Amino acid sequence: MKSAVIVFPGSNCDRDLAVAFEAATGQKPAMVWHRDTDLPDGIDLIGVPGGFSYGDYLRSGAMAARSPVMQAVAKAAERGAFVLGICNGFQVLTESGLLPGALLRNAGGHFVCRDVALTVENAQSAFTSRYAAGEAIRYPVAHHDGNYFADDATLDRLEGEGRVALRYAESVNGSARNIAGILNDAGNVLGMMPHPERVIEPAHGATDGKRLFQGLVEGLMARA
Amino acid sequence: MKARIFVTLKGGVLDPQGRAIHHALDGLGFGGVNDVRAGKLIELDLADDTSDEDIDAMCRKLLANTVIENYRIEKVA
Repeated sequence: MKSAVIVFPGSNCDRDLAVAFEAATGQKPAMVWHRDTDLPDGIDLIGVPGGFSYGDYLRSGAMAARSPVMQAVAKAAERGAFVLGICNGFQVLTESGLLPGALLRNAGGHFVCRDVALTVENAQSAFTSRYAAGEAIRYPVAHHDGNYFADDATLDRLEGEGRVALRYAESVNGSARNIAGILNDAGNVLGMMPHPERVIEPAHGATDGKRLFQGLVEGLMARA
Repeated sequence: MKARIFVTLKGGVLDPQGRAIHHALDGLGFGGVNDVRAGKLIELDLADDTSDEDIDAMCRKLLANTVIENYRIEKVA
């Protein structure tokens, strides 16, 4: 199983995500630079990591979303590859149109950096299959622009189609309907503000994130 | 030719920056400020034959995120 992690100037969670992918898949992911126009052949799992791509210039994720590699990511998503965008990666996926809505400045105006309580809303997706529906978990967050926004019709559609994968179980950033992570309509693209890759080993103090990566690998194996 | 692009948050989109500015104005003793909304001004220096359609496309494809922002183009001779 081949995975890749996209690296933008200013990405800073790319290596953490690579460690999580390697632990789950048993193979080192390809690290793909933002100027590349193609992904290596046969990639089934793509990570769009956290960080501050392009210094958050213009809007968080705006420049990264228009970089050459994102067209290759969009094509891979279309043919069914799994795409996981975390934090800045979520912002990149909304800016590129792979996921609906936008991420605004946190309602409180502050950068929020702490562990938060989350509820797994949809445990049917490839990303969440190792969790139980309604399960309470904790992942760390570290962001300034995590306040999810979409119009009411879009929010209703996301809820109705089970595309809200994760919800905050406490007040974090003012997100519409406490949304922490959403799926695309085909269910193979997930964007989320919290960081599962930061809680995968006992040395991290918690391992709630580990099952997300394990579930993804199982989903890919089942499909192969 | 120059063009100024004014990018503003749509009505109903929360603006924590505007709220912080409002709070600071209050702190300076300026009463009577009902609301503050912050936006961006982007100045483009363009080839004279740049079409209006191209300027509009620049706004839609990059300069503004039309999910949350409106834009207005002002051409300067």
